[in-house]
Amino acid sequence: MTRNTKIVIFCLLLAVVIAVVPLIILKGTEFGGADGAAEEAVNAINPDYEPWASPVIEPPGGETESLLFCVQAALGGGVFGFGLGYLICRKKFMRKEEQSYDNDR
Amino acid sequence: MTETRRSKIERIMFVAGTAAAMLLGITAVSGAMHIMEGYLPLGYCIIWGAVCVPFFVTGLFSIKRTVTQHRKTLLLLVMMGAYVFVLSALKLPSVTGSSSHPTGTGLGAVLFGPSAMCVIGVIVLLFQALLLAHGGLTTLGANTFSMAVAGPFLAFGVFLICKKLKLPKTLGVFLAACLGDLFTYCITAVQLAIAHPSQIGGFTASLMEFLGIFAVTQIPLAVIEGLIAVVVIKALESYARPELVELGYLGV
Repeated sequence: MTRNTKIVIFCLLLAVVIAVVPLIILKGTEFGGADGAAEEAVNAINPDYEPWASPVIEPPGGETESLLFCVQAALGGGVFGFGLGYLICRKKFMRKEEQSYDNDR
Repeated sequence: MTETRRSKIERIMFVAGTAAAMLLGITAVSGAMHIMEGYLPLGYCIIWGAVCVPFFVTGLFSIKRTVTQHRKTLLLLVMMGAYVFVLSALKLPSVTGSSSHPTGTGLGAVLFGPSAMCVIGVIVLLFQALLLAHGGLTTLGANTFSMAVAGPFLAFGVFLICKKLKLPKTLGVFLAACLGDLFTYCITAVQLAIAHPSQIGGFTASLMEFLGIFAVTQIPLAVIEGLIAVVVIKALESYARPELVELGYLGV
């Protein structure tokens, strides 16, 4: 395994651990959005404050919202993966001399 | 593969990538932990919007320069846009018991400069506000400032400092992405505190309250963003050397 491979695996594992630990150690919370918490804080600080604008379109419910989420993540990942795949193949099929020229730079 | 054929493929790639990115923006984007629609008084909305305008215009010119002078780096710019979309879809649980998401603008700022990310950030925020009721049109200026101006500029600055100190590039990228992410949410807290000073403790008390909500939640997520940025930059270092050299990230 190269040094880079080790760094990548270490980073991914650590990221997963950081994300999963709160789920295991914190019970009895729904992990609601921080923006909702801020909304409550504004109401607590300034009970008279009335939001003076409302969102133009709101997703009808949680299911539609999660659909939009999945589509977003899938397409974003798709575009990114497509680009990376292109780069990987470009390197793979590059002529030998081009590759060494490339490495010399 | 001949040079002309490759550039043709690159052109097709770019069109496909842009089309997908547009489709992506139109279809989705959710979970933005930005300032909610209607929660900033009108005056502040205008001020923050005005502050962002010069950054946005500079960003447009910066992207135009990339398109004309460094055409082959376009694929990477599209990938950085896609990266922002993916990361802002990931609402991650945090130790505070609430969720938030990374911003993804730090890595692009390191490669393409902070102003280019301002334009990408505005596109993301606009679609979030329009279609998913996250953030808002009235708060677009304030949210643009935190996510697409302050965060990327801090990330860029951190990376430059690390470069000056001759720290390893990987560490520089990690710190830039991580601190840029955290700084975005600190700015959000400041913006809310200025607009909503507490009746008892004033600005400071409000700031503490909002920092507790946004910044503390964000700390572990900022570390995650830093780690993911390292993974991506490692992949690009292996497979996109010519582009990174052209962008000045890797020395010739």
